[in-house]
Amino acid sequence: MKRVNGPLALLAIAALVATGCGGGGDESGGLRGTVTVFAAASLSDAFAELATDFEQQHPGVNVRLNFAGSATLRTQLLEGAPADLFASASPVEVAAIAAADLVLEQRPLAANELVIAAETRSERISAFADLATPGLRLVLAAEEVPAGRYARDALALADSEGAFGPNFADRVLANVRSNETSVRAALAKVELGEADAAIVYATDLAAAQNAAVREIAIPAQFQVPVEYRIALLKDSESARTFMDFATSTEGAAVLARHGFDPPVVAT
Amino acid sequence: MSGSLRRRAPAAGLALLLFAFALFFLLPFAGLLERGLRDGDTWDAITSGTARDALVLSLWTSTLTLALAVVAGTPLAYWLARATFPGRQVIEGLIDLPIVLPPTIAGVALLTAFGRRGLLGEPLDEWFGVTIGFSTVAVVMAQLFVGAPFYVRAARAGFAEVDEQYERVAHTLGASRLRAFVRVVLPLSWPSLAAGAALCWARALGELGATLIFAGNLRGETQTMPLAILSAFESSAGLTAAVALSLLLLAVGLLVLAAFWLVAPRLRGVM
Repeated sequence: MKRVNGPLALLAIAALVATGCGGGGDESGGLRGTVTVFAAASLSDAFAELATDFEQQHPGVNVRLNFAGSATLRTQLLEGAPADLFASASPVEVAAIAAADLVLEQRPLAANELVIAAETRSERISAFADLATPGLRLVLAAEEVPAGRYARDALALADSEGAFGPNFADRVLANVRSNETSVRAALAKVELGEADAAIVYATDLAAAQNAAVREIAIPAQFQVPVEYRIALLKDSESARTFMDFATSTEGAAVLARHGFDPPVVAT
Repeated sequence: MSGSLRRRAPAAGLALLLFAFALFFLLPFAGLLERGLRDGDTWDAITSGTARDALVLSLWTSTLTLALAVVAGTPLAYWLARATFPGRQVIEGLIDLPIVLPPTIAGVALLTAFGRRGLLGEPLDEWFGVTIGFSTVAVVMAQLFVGAPFYVRAARAGFAEVDEQYERVAHTLGASRLRAFVRVVLPLSWPSLAAGAALCWARALGELGATLIFAGNLRGETQTMPLAILSAFESSAGLTAAVALSLLLLAVGLLVLAAFWLVAPRLRGVM
C-alpha cells in the first residue's frame, strides 16, 4: 500500500511543476505578465532596445529575450519550448513552426543585406571575387542557419552568372574553415583575427563597430532577399501588443537605427 | 501500528527521494532511447558519413588527449604528491581551475593565448606562418585543457595515499627510484590513476564549448561528436539526427568505459 503511493505522489508533483512552468507565459490581465521572445541572433541589439522601449511604455510587462540561431530556436520551439513570439531571420524557420500548427499569426518584420566582414589586417581579400583566393581563411554560418543559407545562395547566384570563372562557389566553399552555429559566432571569429573573412548581415557589422573588421560590399546582383519574420505563438494580449509594436513605425525606426531595412514583401 | 508507521515514515521519505533522484537521471536516457526507436530515420543518421567522420575524430582525439595527459600528468602528479615547498597549494589550485571554469571560458582563454592574435599565436603566425585555430591540433588542445586536470588531480591523490615508507624500503633493498615507482607506487595507486584516466577521457570525448570557440566546426577536421550533435540539432532533421548521434556516442562511450573497467584490474596484476 505505502509503496504504491510513492510514484503517485511523484506524478502529482511532476504535474504541479509542469503546469506551473507552462502557465508563466500567458498570464496577462490587461497588459501585465511576461512576454517571452525567441529571436534570431542577428536581432540581438535591435530587440534588446525594442524590449526596453516596450517595457517603458508598459511597466506591467516583462519582456524576456532568448537569442540564438533561428534554426536552434526552431528546433527548441518544435520540442515545446514556451515562447510567445518568434522572430526569425528567414521565413523557412517560421514555416517549419507553422507546419506544426504553432503559429497563430505572422508578419514580415525587416529586411537585411549580406556583406563580407574582413579582418582589417588581412591582405588576402579586398573584393567579393577574392573569396575564392586559395588560402583565404573563410568562416560561414552553418548551412542550417539562415545566414549560412543566404551566403551559399549568394555564392550560387554569383556562380551561375559566371562572372568569376568556373566553379566559383566550389572554390569559395573550399576555403571554409568552420561552419559556425550563428552568424554572430562567424563574425566573432573575424573580430578575433582567427578568420580572414566571413559572410554576415550588414547589421552585424554595424553592431560590431570594431576597428579590427572592415566591410566589403557584396554586389547588388548577387544579393539574395533576406527576410525577417515575426510570428505570434500564443494568444496573449501582451505578446500581440509587442508584435504590433515591433512592426509599427516606431519599431521600424528602432530596427532602422540598427541597420535593418523595412520589409520588402507587402502582405 | 502507529508507532511503526512513525518509525517507517522517514525511511519511506528517503526511499521516495532516492526514487525521484534515480528517475531524474534515468528518464532522459529513456527519452533518448524511446525517441530514437520511434523515429524511422535514426539508423540512417547513425550510419551517415557525418556521424562516421565525427565519431572517428572524437575517438582518436580523445585518446590522444588521454595519452598526453598521462605522459605529462603522471610526473607532475607524483611531484605534487611528494614535494613539499611553499606555494604548492597555489599550483594545485591552478590545476583545478579548468575544472571549475565553464568550457566556453576555456575556449576564449585558449584563443587569447594560441589564437592568431593571441599571446603566443601571433608570433607563431607571423614568424613561422603557423596557425592553430580551425585545426585538429586545436581540438586536442581544447580537450587537453579541460580534461587533463581530472587525471592530474586523481593521480596526485592516489600517489599521496601511498606511504613514502614503502618507497624507502624499496630503496634500501636496492631498487632505483624509477624501479620503486613502477614496482611499488604504481601498483598501489593504480585505481586512482584509472579513475582519473577514465574521467579525463570522458571529459575530452564530451568537450563542446571550448572546441566550438577555439577550433571551429568543420566536418572531418574539427567536428567532433558533440559538435556534430549540436549541428544536427540545428538542421532541418532537427531532433532526429541529434538523438541518433547522441545514442551512438552514448553506446560507444559505455562500451569503452566498460572495456576499460574490465581491463583495469588485470593490468594491475600485470604491473
